Formats: sequence, structure tokens, C-alpha cells
Amino acid sequence: MSAEDVGIIGAGIHPFGRHPGVTGLQMAVAAARAALADAGVSWPEIDFAAGGSDAAGNADTSVAMLGLTGVPFVNVRNGCATGGSALTVAHAMLRAGSADLALVVGFDKHPPGAFSPDPEDWGLGRWYGETGLMLTTQFFAMKIQRYMSEHGISTATLAEVAAKASRNGALNPNAWRRRPLTAQEILASKMVNHPLTQFMFCSPGEGATALVLARGARLRGSARPLVLLRSVALRTRSFGSFEVFSPSIAIESAPSPTAVAAAAAFEAAGIGPADVDVAQVQDTESGAELMHLAETGLCQHGEQEKLITSGATGIGGRLPVNTDGGCLANGEPIGASGLRQVHEVVLQLRGGAGERQIPGRPRVGFTHVYGAPGVSACAVLSR
Amino acid sequence: MNGDSVTPITEGLFTVADGLVRLIGSQCARCGTVAFPRQFSCPKCTSVEVSERLLARRGTLWSWTIQCFPPKSPPYAADDPGAFEPYGVGYVELPGEVRVEARLTEADPGCLRIGLPMELTLVSAPGGGTRGVVTYAFRPVTEEPDRGGTG
Repeated sequence: MSAEDVGIIGAGIHPFGRHPGVTGLQMAVAAARAALADAGVSWPEIDFAAGGSDAAGNADTSVAMLGLTGVPFVNVRNGCATGGSALTVAHAMLRAGSADLALVVGFDKHPPGAFSPDPEDWGLGRWYGETGLMLTTQFFAMKIQRYMSEHGISTATLAEVAAKASRNGALNPNAWRRRPLTAQEILASKMVNHPLTQFMFCSPGEGATALVLARGARLRGSARPLVLLRSVALRTRSFGSFEVFSPSIAIESAPSPTAVAAAAAFEAAGIGPADVDVAQVQDTESGAELMHLAETGLCQHGEQEKLITSGATGIGGRLPVNTDGGCLANGEPIGASGLRQVHEVVLQLRGGAGERQIPGRPRVGFTHVYGAPGVSACAVLSR
Repeated sequence: MNGDSVTPITEGLFTVADGLVRLIGSQCARCGTVAFPRQFSCPKCTSVEVSERLLARRGTLWSWTIQCFPPKSPPYAADDPGAFEPYGVGYVELPGEVRVEARLTEADPGCLRIGLPMELTLVSAPGGGTRGVVTYAFRPVTEEPDRGGTG
């Protein structure tokens, strides 16, 4: 271990799903306490904190419940990259030697149904929403529609991705959706946006996740199995990439923020995609998982159909993906999902993922989030 | 459609001249990049030397979907929330210019395919139909090329 190493010594989660009467902040505090207990650290020892939600309030108000210690606490609100952004900031603070023990927390609480963003918050005219174009589901449907025609992916494979997520979710006590679905049920569910049916989409939901990061003596002295956060990279879109909420897109194409962030994360870690033993990638819907697998470099474009139908992305496969059920089984509390992925990788690398533990003592894990209006955060972790 | 009898959903998005609807985009004087809706800086090279450009009326369908559930209002402006009809949405590639996102007049998935020739038109805007408010949409090209309408 080098002096610059940053590791994750505590991981806590509040179950995802629907929790009437529990506020997002209460879930955040529960997750923070669970992470602190897991790390064997008390809240007053934390010397930096960052976190946020998209729709459930300011993370730093949690100090009223955790304790008023005066800790520097940065609120993050960065869409689907909220958790990844908090992790980026905490990682940089520790690497810089500006803190020794950091807490990151992500949480959210969304009403049922598709998100209903205000166009003006996204730099768009009201007409864009009024005419029925302001839907993330349309973007994912049109992206996978185009991708399927270019790379020969079938609708049956989209159903297999969702079926795998439901099987993994059934093994995860913190998941929202815990009933295994068959590919037939998924294909027969209500059409939402062609070619994607209801059970191929995740649902906005509720939940919280927190992590304790450490460096130096606090990392070396941890009683927990060592899990290093090797790198975190956060990127916005480049000209030419196809993104959510775009009234137009350029004809020339550019790598997505996902591709750029993943490449940067792997380079900074000195680890390649081929070394990854377990991956959590943004699966807003089935197609997103398979497109993101190729964009992050974990497979080749067009290779997904074979990879998925052969079971390679399942628990026990060559490249297990979204082992906790992903967004499809856990739902999408925007602020919480990114850290949920890291939480899952920490459990898998420790060998503590219970019924869904992947065999073969995984050494390297990878996480990826993507969201509007074209932002991605990726992290590489290792034992 | 007669330009005098309709109200655009917003100013500056499209114009109707001689009975033909045209989208109002912009073009960068430095690098030539075309954007829609009109921007006042270039998303590619960052130049602010950008001028208005009327976009081509025809192109090909680059990708599409059908919106099968009623979007939440707001931001959606529904005429009658109880009477939702699915509608098509797609990106139409205007050759050499840009790919424009739009509602499609066609909502039957069996009638849409990538590469389908499409043409700009106007449709009643959701929520504004009874007041004559219109927005732009693309329809499959079915007839022979119209008079000078290729942009």
C-alpha cells in the first residue's frame, strides 16, 4: 500500500423500494450510521463529507441527526452522477491529504411514475416538454433502437438482461423487486417506448447508500478486508455524442461521456477492462446495460448478444454485471444509485455478498453511472 | 398549411413561408456546424459568430420510438388527459446539417423504420389544438417530391 492509496472501509445501505413515512434524509442517516458502524468509526472522527440527492433535500442537513461536529460537508446535486461526484470529491480530498476519513452519502425519494423534469432547468424551452419530448425513456428507446440495427441485437436479448437483473435482485435483501421474472413475462409486459417494455425499465424509487473512505494510518488500521478505490473519473458530454434531452444531435459522432470517463478511470487506475472481475453499469433499461458494457470497454460492440445469452454476465459467469440487480431490481433513487454500485462492489471484493457472492474471489471491480444531460462517473476498485 | 391561420407553440422555432414550414437553426461562421434550435454560440468550436439558417425540409429517419404512456403534466400539455393516444418520436437526419428530434405523424411501429424518408410538417400542438397552436413534426414521405420543398 502506498501513502497515496484511498480505500473504502465502511459501506452502509438503507433498503431500496418504497418507504412511506420515511424521508430521504432519514434514509441517508440510516445508511451513514450503517457505514460508520461497518467501518468501526464514530461520526466525530469524520473530517470530510460529501453527498446529495436529486429530489430529497440537502445532504448536509443530516448533521442535525448525525451530530453537529462542524465537519466540512459539500452538497452535491449532479443528476445520476450525484453519488459518483461525491465520491470524486472525497477521493480527491483524501488523495490531497486534506482529510483522513471521509463519508459520502447518496439518497433519494421520488414519486411513482416517469420523471417529470422542468425543461427550463435543463436549458430548454417550455415547448420541448409541452410537446411531449422531455422523457428520458424516449432517449433510451431511440438509442437502443439505433444500436440494435447497427449491431444486430435482438429484442429477446433485451428481455434476457431484465430477467438476469430480476434473478440477482431476488438474491439481494436490500433490493426493491425480488421476484424473478421470465423473459416471456418481460416481453409480454406493457409496451412503454418501442422496443422497450415496462419490465425492461427501472422505476424511480427510494433508497440511500453511504461509504466511509480512508487513507494512511486510518486505512492501514482498518479491521475490514482492504478494498482500494483505485480511481474515479467524472465527465460531461462532448460535441457529437447522443445524449438525453437533445432537441438535435450532430451528424458527426464522438465518444460518449461514458466511454471517456471509463477510459480515464482505467488509465488512472493502471488497470484495464479485461482485468475486471465484477461490474455494475447503469441499467436505466435493459438496452442501457448492454450498450454501456461496450462503451466502458468491458466488451466489443456487437458482442453483447453472445455474452448475455451465454450467461457470461450472470453471477458465476465470466463477467458478472449488476450483481445486486442493478437499477432494474433496485429502482432508481437518482442520488443513491451510484454509491449503491460501489457498495455492491465492496461487498463482492470482500467476499461478503451473501447468496449473490460471485465465485473465484474477485479482485477488481468497476462501477459506471450515466444520466441527463450527458454525464457519467466511473470508478475502479480492487482488493 | 396557411401561415396566417396558425399560432406557433413558441417564437423562433420554425417559420412558415409560401405555405412551407421551415425549422430555424443556426450555423457557425467559423466551422460550419449547424445547430437546432437556433443557438447564439457554436456547440463545437465555441465561436459566437453564428447566424440563422433555415434547415432542409426533408431527411431520413435516424431512430424512432412510440411514446405509449401519457407523459406527466407538467411539463406535457395534454388536451384531454383521459384521451391519450400514443405518438411517434424520432430523430430525422437532415443531410449535411443536423439530426432533429421531433414528433412523428406516424404512431404505428409497423410503418416506421430507420432510413425512412421524412418530410417536415405542422401538427396541432398538445394542449393548444383548440386554439390553433401548432408545432413541427415529421411525416413519412408518401407523395412525389413537392414543389421546391426540399430545402
